Amino acid sequence: MAQLTMAKALNEGLRAAMDRDDKVVLMGEDIGRLGGVFRVTDGLQKDFGEERVFDTPLAESGIVGTAIGLAMRGYRPVCEIQFDGFVFPAYDQIVSQLAKMHARSRGLVKMPVVIRIPFGGGIGAVEHHSESPEAYFAHTPGLKVVACSNPVDAYFMVQQAIASDDPIVFLEPKRRYWEKAEVDTTGTPDPLWGARVVRRGTDLTLIAYGPMVKTCLDAASAAEEDGRDLEVLDLRSLSPLDFPTVFESVRRTRRAVVVHEASSSVGLGAEIAARLSEQLYYEMEAPVLRVTGYNTPYPPSRMEEEFLPDLDRVLHVVDTALRY
Amino acid sequence: MTVPEATPLVQLLTPEGERVHHPDYDVELTDEEYRSFYRDLVLVRRIDVEATALQRQGELGIWAALLGQEAAQVGSGRALRPQDFAFPTYREHGVAWCREVDPLHLLSLFRGVSNGGWDPQDKRFNLYTIVIVSQTLHATGYAMGITKDGAVGDPDTGEAVIAYFGDGASSQGDVNEAFVWASVYNSPIVFFCQNNQWGISTPTATQSRIPLYKRAEGFGFPGVRVDGNDVLASYAVTRAALDSARTGQGPTLIEAFTYRMGAHTTSDDPTRYRLASELEAWKLKDPLERMKSFLYKQQIVDSAFFEKVEADADELAARIRKGCLEMPDPDPVTMFDYVYDEMTPLLAEERAAFATYHAGFAGGGH
Ligand SMILES: Cc1ncc(C[n+]2csc(CCOP(=O)(O)OP(=O)(O)O)c2C)c(N)n1
Ligand SMILES: [Mg+2]
Repeated sequence: MAQLTMAKALNEGLRAAMDRDDKVVLMGEDIGRLGGVFRVTDGLQKDFGEERVFDTPLAESGIVGTAIGLAMRGYRPVCEIQFDGFVFPAYDQIVSQLAKMHARSRGLVKMPVVIRIPFGGGIGAVEHHSESPEAYFAHTPGLKVVACSNPVDAYFMVQQAIASDDPIVFLEPKRRYWEKAEVDTTGTPDPLWGARVVRRGTDLTLIAYGPMVKTCLDAASAAEEDGRDLEVLDLRSLSPLDFPTVFESVRRTRRAVVVHEASSSVGLGAEIAARLSEQLYYEMEAPVLRVTGYNTPYPPSRMEEEFLPDLDRVLHVVDTALRY
Repeated sequence: MTVPEATPLVQLLTPEGERVHHPDYDVELTDEEYRSFYRDLVLVRRIDVEATALQRQGELGIWAALLGQEAAQVGSGRALRPQDFAFPTYREHGVAWCREVDPLHLLSLFRGVSNGGWDPQDKRFNLYTIVIVSQTLHATGYAMGITKDGAVGDPDTGEAVIAYFGDGASSQGDVNEAFVWASVYNSPIVFFCQNNQWGISTPTATQSRIPLYKRAEGFGFPGVRVDGNDVLASYAVTRAALDSARTGQGPTLIEAFTYRMGAHTTSDDPTRYRLASELEAWKLKDPLERMKSFLYKQQIVDSAFFEKVEADADELAARIRKGCLEMPDPDPVTMFDYVYDEMTPLLAEERAAFATYHAGFAGGGH
């Protein structure tokens, strides 16, 4: 077992996927010699060559559009989008082309394309480097969306995503890239589409993914000192959502708070709240509440601490939910 | 990237500071103007050096240095007439200087205090644009508006637009669409591409198999490659292109051949992808040195002049440092302001809840 950062775990995961299947190719801006701006692909071009790990011209629509063609030709492209705010030039290719190909061809054309995107804030970056675009993609039929929250998942989930024949937007919480954990590469991974209870509790379920899982775990630890026993659920897959696991948890705790960095309006939290109210209306003690980024553009970094959900804001809303 | 010997490069000053002549482009400047070009180069570099130092000291989150590109920016920036409008990327600190945008506004972006900073209409200099080449389409639309207003034609009062972008940026779809639009609407616009040889770690050869200026021909307008380390040539070529635009002769693509002497940004480590010898070779073509040699050769400067320029640079650097350190953090509640022209009920509610929540902390608990 080795202590790996999330960035390194992703790197090892990509390496394992490339070792396993020589149709796996990595493409993106500055992913070759530089190893990507976050070094996730560090050393892979050196070891696998320029045919399998290549720097593209600077054009995101081009990256995803050509990945679609490569997939038709039997390759399994893994595209890196340098930052969340730069995926939008590729939006047409992702939403109108990539996501629909399987349905349009009645399953004749597979699209095993993974689009890796470092997402979320908290690193003091300039504009367009801290976005949380997951809802745009989770809203799109034909596309799957996953988010890892820790190095172990990062290692396995990226391999599972590459092995899937569906197109997947793979979200990496950039502010957690440097956090370490023991990664047992011989372990058996959980299914890619499953949510996971990462902390058992009885009073309320905190539902999170990506960067907010750690925030919620910290909040749960703090709440414990006040005698509150919070459960934390890591969604892992945002589309499809693993509702059986969500329902099982909330059925026990009877209260739920959804936490994400993205703005609340028409976001993941809204979808989860709607499904919970449809399914567990009579079993819940409180409405589903949300702790999210505000419905503003992501602010300049000197204000991001106030924009992002943190331990205090989570506990504040937990208090409200527990008062019902 | 290896440049074919045959590629024509408009140059008015050799790297040694020798004044040379070009059949299509020339400038006739007063001694005072020559000196002020040099002064601008020095001041702009000093802004950059000071900002880089402030980033290293933790005062800025990041800084995108213009080191090496001073001549391309000061030359093109000074070619603008007051009525012209410039659309920058995130690196046009030298153009900002020429448009009299306070460098502290630029620093406020990189310090994380603001996402804008100045009034684009007032400065006739748009806000910085980080998403690569979006601004080239905005610039084209603005130029289309000039035509619709009938503000092209007159060589003195006609208006023109300049859109900046990089070699890496040249691959993006939007800029190619901007070329199409500008061409078919014969818009009064100059596309100014600073080919600094690199887009982060990606060399220009990954973006194009032909010299970038040649792309223009396929879109139906002229392209020209200028020595971007030669401030006089950059000025002359841009001025001619702007004048052509303002008199109704449509767009021009200028490729300013230059070099990013520093890292992509302060977060970048160029030793991972490029050879030190490349930088050494370009240092011999330094835009400041060549102008300095020229001034000496013309015998239009004395040591007092250089001392004065240095003193001005020191003063500017001190002002920038002080202004940066004293720059107040924004009040977080302002993030809710100006999201819309007309505040929405949801946002008003969030703003109020935000204020109450934070007042609770200020009062010592919640
Ligand atoms: C749409 C988009 N994709 C990616 C990026 C990340 N990025 C910032 S600068 C840069 C390289 C730009 O190179 P170039 O156009 O040559 O300009 P330079 O930085 O050299 O001035 C990249 C890839 C971005 N800002 N916008
Ligand atoms: Mg460049």
